[in-house]
Order: sequence, then structure tokens, then C-alpha cells
Amino acid sequence: MQMHDLPDARGHFGPYGGVFVAETLMAALDELRREYEAARSDPDFQAEFHHELRHYVGRPSPIYHARRWSEKLGGAQIYLKREDLNHTGAHKINNTIGQALLARRMGKKRVIAETGAGQHGVASATVAARYGMECVVYMGAEDIKRQSPNVYRMKLLGATVVGVESGSKTLKDALNEAMRDWVTNVESTFYILGTAAGPHPYPMLVRDFQCVIGEECKAQMNEMLGRQPDAVIACVGGGSNAIGIFHPYIPVEGVRLIGVEAGGEGVASGRHAAPLSAGTPGVLHGFRSYLMQDANGQIIETHSVSAGLDYPGVGPEHSWLKDSGRAEYVAINDDEALRAFHDLCRFEGIIPALESSHALAHAAKIAPTLDKDRILLVNLSGRGDKDINTVARLSGIEL
Amino acid sequence: MSRIAATFAALKAAHRKALIPFITAGDPDPGQTVPLMHALVAGGADIIELGVPFSDPMADGPTIQRASERALKHGVGLRDVLAMTAEFRKTNSATPVVLMGYANPIEAMGWEAFCAAARDAGVDGVLTVDYPPEEAADFAVRCAAAGLDNIYLLAPTTPPARVAAITRQACGFVYYVSLKGVTGAANLDLAEVAERVGMIRAEAGLPVGVGFGIRDAETARQVAAVADAVVIGSRIVQEIEQSTDAARLDNVRLFLAGVRAALDA
Ligand SMILES: Cc1ncc(COP(=O)(O)O)c(C=O)c1O
Repeated sequence: MQMHDLPDARGHFGPYGGVFVAETLMAALDELRREYEAARSDPDFQAEFHHELRHYVGRPSPIYHARRWSEKLGGAQIYLKREDLNHTGAHKINNTIGQALLARRMGKKRVIAETGAGQHGVASATVAARYGMECVVYMGAEDIKRQSPNVYRMKLLGATVVGVESGSKTLKDALNEAMRDWVTNVESTFYILGTAAGPHPYPMLVRDFQCVIGEECKAQMNEMLGRQPDAVIACVGGGSNAIGIFHPYIPVEGVRLIGVEAGGEGVASGRHAAPLSAGTPGVLHGFRSYLMQDANGQIIETHSVSAGLDYPGVGPEHSWLKDSGRAEYVAINDDEALRAFHDLCRFEGIIPALESSHALAHAAKIAPTLDKDRILLVNLSGRGDKDINTVARLSGIEL
Repeated sequence: MSRIAATFAALKAAHRKALIPFITAGDPDPGQTVPLMHALVAGGADIIELGVPFSDPMADGPTIQRASERALKHGVGLRDVLAMTAEFRKTNSATPVVLMGYANPIEAMGWEAFCAAARDAGVDGVLTVDYPPEEAADFAVRCAAAGLDNIYLLAPTTPPARVAAITRQACGFVYYVSLKGVTGAANLDLAEVAERVGMIRAEAGLPVGVGFGIRDAETARQVAAVADAVVIGSRIVQEIEQSTDAARLDNVRLFLAGVRAALDA
């Protein structure tokens, strides 16, 4: 089997992935898998998906040469895939449109979602409004405090936002609570999972919906430069924007794939969110993958300046890509990400999301070590408007 | 014969139904677990389900989530739960103990090491919420080799063909989750339970236990009329949570004795 043909029929990427859920959800996941397989090969479904991406999201998103910033760094040329220009300001909408169309196909009128930074929650609330569905978004109480503009955005869009007070009150707990809702309302409800993680078929279908990013890049790079990049760089929370840009490049020789995790206060400090860099394999949220856990197998709290990367697990395909050596994974600390955030604002007039700033920071780190004719393609997964309160506070400014 | 099989055989001979209480190990603190296990037996428990605390109990409602959090505050891990079981076994060699929990603590310990340690501690069965049969075949083989029953769940949403496939692989007993929801939920539909359990019993060559959402003696009696065993979890955990240290053992024993009396009436 080719590496890019995974997962297998039961959702495994080598030893990772799978379906580790309570029995109550097994039938629903089976139904979802069957429906998705039918939709995947249904030209009408694909045509509607791509129509929506074009007319509602504004795709294709451009690739932009960050010329001034590259010059200042004095090495490789940095190109940005502008997912920040999508409707709702991030790559998340690619996936929520795909899943909402699936929900509609399955006759489900109620959708639920978990969210960390609020971007996936906003993207879910948006498509629920667009297709006339009831929407409930679970969000950790800590994240509600950190991302209040997005909470209000979801409410404007007609969604109900439920604060989650259990555990560490962040993204992983929101996911637990969304699963509890789903187990209770499994017949009426479609769970729009926000990243390329969770039980099969989610990692596969989220990847497929996000692959539009990498497919466009291949065509655009060819058109612009007549060649493909030397490296593709993306931040990794659960891993959806990264797998979306990586996957079409897996069979392309000579293209390095570099995933950037949240190093928080430094991987050595233990206060980070970098399971691929410093975790061990285990089972959480319905799949096997690298996790941040203690010796007893309890999940440990994560730390990152960016709420969207604050997750102790990672999508199973990334664990597989790591072990197989096809992709490399590194960690970028909070302070490095913040520096890249400010640099992109000042040198290119683009305010990037703090999540994406991790990928930018790694590009800035390696660009000076490479020749000027080398090309780094960075997935600018989202815009940073949602983060201005956080950045201002870290700069000692009260807005 | 395993302790679980022997227990069900004896109950059947006496025309009685099994009462299976659940508590979370280490709740409210590690020192109280073994005395609570003995109190459960004194109150009429036939089998004890001992919850292994986990940081992310996705299938549990708020009551058992809080129990897990209390236990985790004391750092209780799977090895501690096995030590508690071994301690319980020093004075009770008859009552089966089934560990109930999530996959990751077992994954972290390793299947081989876990099965050997569980057998040595006197554990009889393992019920892992997020190990459905598709993912647990190899684990089940290791359990069997160690003399542990790997117990599977069935749900209201499990299609008939899948019920048949799972009951074929099942051992110990089959655990029917009585409602669509998390532990402690309050939407139990007795008529539906009766119908589904009837179907499962016809299929399974094993006893069928019913759990999730059984909160009082009367409901337990009604469920026991159609099943081989009733599991009571959140309601007992609530008793543990709300009792003073001085009254806890008595309250738990008396609550369970009330259910026992209803089952035996
Ligand atoms: C802009 C942006 N980028 C990246 C992420 C991380 O998610 P993923 O790893 O699934 O792309 C998020 C999550 O909220 C996000 O909002």
C-alpha cells in the first residue's frame, strides 16, 4: 500500500488511528463512514463542495511571495499560502463546509462542535447558519476567557456556546463534552469534528476536505515558478491545516514536509503542547497517536500562547508520517512565535494567527541557513484578528 | 471455573439476580477504597466494578467525572488500583472484581504487564469503555491467557448482526448499556431495555448485566426482572460524595442493602 493511500479500511495509519470509542457510537461512526464513502465518489457532492469553496469561501486562496521579509532574513524565499483570506479567516471552513454537506445528506438537522481558539466554532456556526441547522459549540471555560470576540461571533451567527468546566477547561475537555453530547443525541446529531483527529473516519475525511489547500499549492507553484517548493511548513495542533497541505505532497520527491508544534515555554520545561516532539503513543478521543501523558497514562495539561494549538494529542496520520520519516516535526516556543507574528505585521502588512505564527517562526529560523534560490512554502492557516487581545496583553497593553 | 462464572452459577441455582455496584478507586481518597469494597459486599454486592480513574472520562457524566478528579488529586493510577484489589483479596477470595475504565492507562502500562499484574492482584475481569472488539482482539487474547474476562459492552444503538458478533466473542458476562448517554443520565426507557435485553439473552450464552441510569431499588428490581445482573454506579458514587467520613461506609452499605432487598423480594 502506498503511504498516501492510508488509512486502511478500519482507519489505521500503521499502528495509529482506529476507532476507540464507546459502543454507543460505533454504529454512528459506521454510518458516517458509509455515507462519506458514497459522497466521496458522488460527482454531485464533490461539485457542490467545490462550488461552495469557490463562491462562499473565496477559493482558491492565493500564494504570496513574502519578499521583504525574505530579504530581511537574508536566505530562502518564503511564500505564504493565504488561508487567512478565506471567509471566517482560517482554513477551518474548508472542513466545516464538507461536514455540513455530509450532515445535510444524512438528514441531520442539529450539529455540534468543539472549539479551542474559537475558529472551528465560528466556522461551524457559519455553515450551520448557511444551511439552516441548529448548532451547539462546546468550548473550555478557560478558552472562553481567552477568545471572547469569537464567542460573540458564534452567538451572532445563531449558535449556542456551552462553557466546559471539567478537567483543564480547554480544548480537550470541550472535545470530551462534545462526545458526551453526541453519545446522548446520536440519532439526531452530526458531530463536526474540527481537526484531522478523533475516531475513523474523521481523520480521513477532515484530511480530504483540507487537501484542497495542498492541491491548489501544487498547481499555483507550478504556474508561478514552474517548480515545487523545497519545503512545506505548517503548524500542527490537531493537524488539519498541516495534513491538508502535506498530503498532496507526500508522493512528490524532494519536498520536505515540516510540521511545527507549540513549544510553549520550551519543550524542556514540560510546559508545551508538542506530543510529536516530546510525547509517547497512547489512546485518547477515539484514536491511537502520540500524546502528552504521565507514567500512569493520564493526559497532562498543555501550554501554548495559542489556544488552537493547545491540544495534548495529534492526528494519527502525523504520528505515522513522523515514524515513517516522510515528515519532520519541530517545536517553536511562545516567544519565537510572537516575534514572527510581529515581523509579519511589520514587513508584509499581514496580521497572522498565533497558530500560524509558529510555522512562520520556523521558516524564519531556517531561511537564513539556506540559499536565496530555495523556496519555503508556509501555510498561513489563519488571520490574527482574534489574537490581538492576547498579543496586546503580552505586550503590557490593555485594549 | 472463573470467579465470575462461579458467582453467576451460584446465583442462578438460587434463583437470584446479581447486584454489581460501581465505585471509583481512590474516591474520595485511596485509604477508603478497600473498606468501601468490603462495605459493598456487606450490603449485598455479588461482583464489584472498580473504576480506574482517568483524566478524560468521555463516557461518564458529571458525578463519576468528579469521582475521577478526586482520585486523581491523590495521584491514584492503575498500579494503585491493582494494589487496592490485592489488599481486598487478602480478606475476600469470593467476590469477583471487574476493573472498569479507559484504554490509555492500560496502554501506558503495556498489555502484557497489565494482564500479569491484574491476574496477580486477583482481578477477574476488565471492562474498557474505548476498546471495542475491533480494536481489542489482541488484548482479549492476552486477557484470556492471564485468566481475565475481557467484558464487552452492547448499546441501544448496536445493530442485531453486531450483537451476535460481539456475544460470540464475549466472556464473563455481557454488559448492556441501558441508554444513549453517559453514566448517571436519567432517560432510562424500561420497555426498550426489556426488549433489547431479551434479544441479547437469546443470543448470548452468557449472563447479561444492565447498567447506566439505574438510580433506585424499584428501577433495579424492574431491570433485574429481565436481566441477570444490575449495575449501579453514579447513585453510589453520589452517596460517597455526599457522606461525611464517619457515615460513608454505613450509608453505602445501607443503600445497597435496600437495593438487595428489592432484588430478592
Ligand atoms: C488559524 C489556525 N491554525 C491552526 C489551527 C490548529 O489546528 P490544526 O492543527 O487542525 O490545523 C487552528 C485551530 O484552532 C487555527 O485556528
